[in-house]
Amino acid sequence: MEPTVVCRKVSKVYRQDSVAVHALVDVDLVIPRQDFLCLYGPSGSGKTTLLNLIGGLDRPTSGEIIVDGQRIDNMASGALAQLRLHRIGFVFQAYNLIPVLTARENVEFVMQLQGVPAAERRRRALEILAEVGLEGLADRRPAELSGGQQQRVAVARAIVSEPALVLADEPTANLDSKTAENLMQLLVHMNREHGVTFVFSTHDRLVMDFSRRLIGLRDGRIVEDRRREAAA
Amino acid sequence: MSSTVRLLAVLAWRNLWRHPGRTGAILFALALGVWSMVSLAGLTRGVLEGQPERAIANLTGHVQIHAPGYRDDPVVEHSMPPPGPELRAVLAAGALAWAARVRVPAIVVSERESAAVTLVGIDPAQERGLSFIPGAVVAGRYLESVDDAGLLIGRKLAERLETRLGWRVVVMSEGADNELADRGFRIVGLFDAEPEAIETGYVFVGRRAAQRMLRLGERISEIALVAPERDRIDSLLERLRAAAPDLDVRPWTEIEPLLVLTEELSNVVLVIWYLIVFTAMSFGLVNTLLMAVFERTREFGLFQALGMRPRLIVGQVLGESVILIALGLALGNAAAALTLRWLESGLDLSAFAEGFEMAGYSPVLYPEVAAGDVLAANLLVLVLGLIASLYPAWRAARHVPVRALART
Repeated sequence: MEPTVVCRKVSKVYRQDSVAVHALVDVDLVIPRQDFLCLYGPSGSGKTTLLNLIGGLDRPTSGEIIVDGQRIDNMASGALAQLRLHRIGFVFQAYNLIPVLTARENVEFVMQLQGVPAAERRRRALEILAEVGLEGLADRRPAELSGGQQQRVAVARAIVSEPALVLADEPTANLDSKTAENLMQLLVHMNREHGVTFVFSTHDRLVMDFSRRLIGLRDGRIVEDRRREAAA
Repeated sequence: MSSTVRLLAVLAWRNLWRHPGRTGAILFALALGVWSMVSLAGLTRGVLEGQPERAIANLTGHVQIHAPGYRDDPVVEHSMPPPGPELRAVLAAGALAWAARVRVPAIVVSERESAAVTLVGIDPAQERGLSFIPGAVVAGRYLESVDDAGLLIGRKLAERLETRLGWRVVVMSEGADNELADRGFRIVGLFDAEPEAIETGYVFVGRRAAQRMLRLGERISEIALVAPERDRIDSLLERLRAAAPDLDVRPWTEIEPLLVLTEELSNVVLVIWYLIVFTAMSFGLVNTLLMAVFERTREFGLFQALGMRPRLIVGQVLGESVILIALGLALGNAAAALTLRWLESGLDLSAFAEGFEMAGYSPVLYPEVAAGDVLAANLLVLVLGLIASLYPAWRAARHVPVRALART
């Protein structure tokens, strides 16, 4: 089966005050379908950069990135937006919900851009909100939800249209341990039941414990890539 | 409505009300601008539309016919014979109403004062439907026939001459024989007129009474006529000129060139005013949108990350602009409509606009709404407003998602 993500010799160099910062150096990575993996490492190791490059939010300085069979490193921004819309879900550390939309509308946002009919959109949004434990909170705006609830809305938004790949940057960073564990169990469930590939970047031991594959990064290079038995 | 358009509309509407104070301020500015544009256009149009009608009704008519030289020197010497059969036929066929007049400069002398006036000898019946005078008498009576030797004078002239209804005054002018022609007339009626210059500058008698006083015989000074439509008199002019090749046939636009010039000037002033107001408004609009875009950089990055195409982000910002402009237009137009309705009975500027009267304008402005002006003001604000909004919209859409998301 074709892998979800392939990275070949991917490098990213940032310029800071005329100083070149090598955020990623010749990274080679293959992520098969339905994988549940974690990028870990100290701050500045390149985890978030790699996640952003795989998600098409940024472009590599060199190298080749293929997501869901499509090369994205040289893809036009419109086509890239379409790929993100239909094939990639994002969960951000800071939740990044749209403040003027309710929880249900936030979840519907991607489907609305995809042109899913209103009735189906509503049904699926309410279903997924119930699945992440937010039944009855659908009409609340983000400001009326706790951090954990907001992160669950963000997860619901990321997975509602069943993308091929979900990229989650520090998804548990702002959550208490109980909420974080519940969230991870939910993501494992999604991975198993819906076949979604998950890639996390984290410092959190809990996330690593739930992951089946750990990829360690240091100074922009992969220093470890191992499979393990996950906690759940 | 497609789901995407609906989404953009919802986002645009709700984003506007994230800062009600700011949105309210720019809405107020937009409404104020539109209100001023439409109201000023209404008042200006009122002056422009009303003034030609007033001038035409006062004595000008749509067309005047004179002897050559009369317009430069309107003395008795430049009189002409009454219209012949051919000219009468054209007048009967092409004019709604026409009148032959004697019209010469004169001096009217009361027991205490004197004043320079224009003596107008009229056929009272012919003036009906042509000029203001049959309906302007406010005291005494209107003239009864061409032989009526009673005098109609303006109320203000009567005050100036310190005379009154029923009293006698002497009118002096130059006779056809170049000798002084004078005669005593009893004041039989007082009239009101706008502008005041008409009320103080004209006196009316029966045409034959004037002809007798001036020893003119049957000769007259002018023929004035009104046509069915003020702005479609070209063919009538041609026929009149063909029927009276030796006479000076002129349309009202040549008799009152100041009116035409004023109209043209006012159109230019309106356009300049529209542009000034719009420029002020557009700064507010662009500033508001730029602030909104700057504050929501992270959100725009998120939209892109979630798969919203840049052109939809442009659409969202433009959507906010459209809603702002539409609300501003609605409020501004409504306020202008209320203002113009309130001023329907006239805006009296006589207390501080004496120049109006001197220029022959009425000091009372009656607003006149021209659909074209309202449409132009609205379209200008909408189209140029959208063009001005393109820059903030472009700014919103050009972020690199990862950098926009990193913004705090």
